[in-house]
Amino acid sequence: MTTRELSGRIDIEHLSLYLGEEKNRLEALHDLSFTVTPGEFICILGPSGCGKSTLLGMLAGHLRHSSGTLLVDDRTIDGPSPERGLVFQHPTLLPWRNVLDNVAFGLKMRGTNKADRHRQAREILDLVGLGDVTQCWPSQLSGGMQQRVEIARVLINQPRLLLMDEPFGALDAQTRLNMQELLLHLWNHICTTVVFVTHDIDEALFLADRVLVMSPRPGRILEELNLDFPRPRSTQLMTNTRFARLKRHCFDLLRHEENRQPHPAFLNLPGKRHSETFTTPRITL
Amino acid sequence: MRANYPLTCRWALRFASVAACLLFWQIASTHHLTFDLITFEHVPTPMSVLEAAWALLQSNKLLQHLSSSLSRVFSGYLMAALVGMALGLAIGRWHRAEDLLLPPLELLRPIPAVAWIPLAILMFPSSELSMIFITFTGALFPILLNTIHGVEAIDKRLIASAHSLGAKPAAILREVILPGAAPSIVTGLAIGMGTSWFCLVTAEMISGQFGIGYYTWESYVIQNYPDVVVGMLLIGLLGMGSSALVKHLGALATPWYRTQGKTA
Repeated sequence: MTTRELSGRIDIEHLSLYLGEEKNRLEALHDLSFTVTPGEFICILGPSGCGKSTLLGMLAGHLRHSSGTLLVDDRTIDGPSPERGLVFQHPTLLPWRNVLDNVAFGLKMRGTNKADRHRQAREILDLVGLGDVTQCWPSQLSGGMQQRVEIARVLINQPRLLLMDEPFGALDAQTRLNMQELLLHLWNHICTTVVFVTHDIDEALFLADRVLVMSPRPGRILEELNLDFPRPRSTQLMTNTRFARLKRHCFDLLRHEENRQPHPAFLNLPGKRHSETFTTPRITL
Repeated sequence: MRANYPLTCRWALRFASVAACLLFWQIASTHHLTFDLITFEHVPTPMSVLEAAWALLQSNKLLQHLSSSLSRVFSGYLMAALVGMALGLAIGRWHRAEDLLLPPLELLRPIPAVAWIPLAILMFPSSELSMIFITFTGALFPILLNTIHGVEAIDKRLIASAHSLGAKPAAILREVILPGAAPSIVTGLAIGMGTSWFCLVTAEMISGQFGIGYYTWESYVIQNYPDVVVGMLLIGLLGMGSSALVKHLGALATPWYRTQGKTA
């Protein structure tokens, strides 16, 4: 990967988002303000339904905000772009393309010739440790491997922002740890800004430079935690006492929010009852 | 659940199934079996059918019958494949196209091929074209409906992520929509091939001197019953063969799909 001048700054001011129409209109995000500096790794931590994925959808360009400003490198967002790569929880590889062509997809869209795009795709597949499965169909790979292909496919576009929506949420515990370490290793290589959404406290504390803890409905930022754990980090960090204290703190924050009275706007929601819409943050002790 | 058993056993069972049908036919026709509603009294025996088939083979008319029928079925089918896939893609992709195009098509769909004969004769300058039109109507709807279904069943996240990776609308159609709908389109093409043959006898009732359908109908008119069965079997064989060909070509075109299908 060639190094570029650092870009990928995010400026968010008084950002709000309403979803639905008139009577069913509800506030999904309430008055968010924060800045992400180029090359920073931030995690957005919050329970399901707090609007964290929605925020990511706006950064990706799939959704538009209702009020406030949202700037990436001083420009407004008008639609999806390969400069803002998005990784979903479940892989969205094209089933009819082998691993190599899936990774090379972004370059093909830019008109790179076949030899070049295959060479670059091989390089990046080596980087994620999948140099030996380039000719497989996605369906022949395990969930963790598919997710690595997914990440390689986004990184080949050299995005300013890497947006990750609970990308390891569907993986087993051991694979998840490996993927977290791999992600930090990659991030070290490519120096891109990462916005990583998760409901897993351990994951957020392990990965991020900074954690934004969000409350549900409407989504607001409860607290900002700066993490100065030295890098490179290893899984040993998770048994560190300061780590444990921070985890306790996050857990209390989220639990306090969970027991809070529901926001009036959500009392008449059809479907699931309010108390069921939250997932207790998973903690592994 | 489908149990796996050896391939030789599967083929043995398949042949036994056809043999049992032939045996029943032989017994029913030679003994002139009569049940309450159905009688085999005038049904030709397998031997007489075999003789009729042999005679047809010797008469060197078979080739002309075959080539006329094949060219009609394939021209109608090709037209139907092009129109069905193009309309299906548009209808599956855009609501506006669905509202504009689907209602009249749904209205035409239940009309059987035979009901089209008078209009087909009136609308087309030559009987050849009207026959092609009838086989076209037979193949169109299975292809159209399966294409629509295939396009609508595509995972929306695939489209969103392709978009995020920099794909423009034309590229999304080529890289995501078409291959995503391909397995369903192949199913439609295989069914359409069958229904196209299905309509052949109807089409060749219009006129002509040659064609398997014409041969079958003509044999009935002149009360040459073994020939009727020969014609029927020929249509069955050709329909089955061409459907299998379409399926085989379809499988070659969608190699990723085989790996997730049932293991034979």
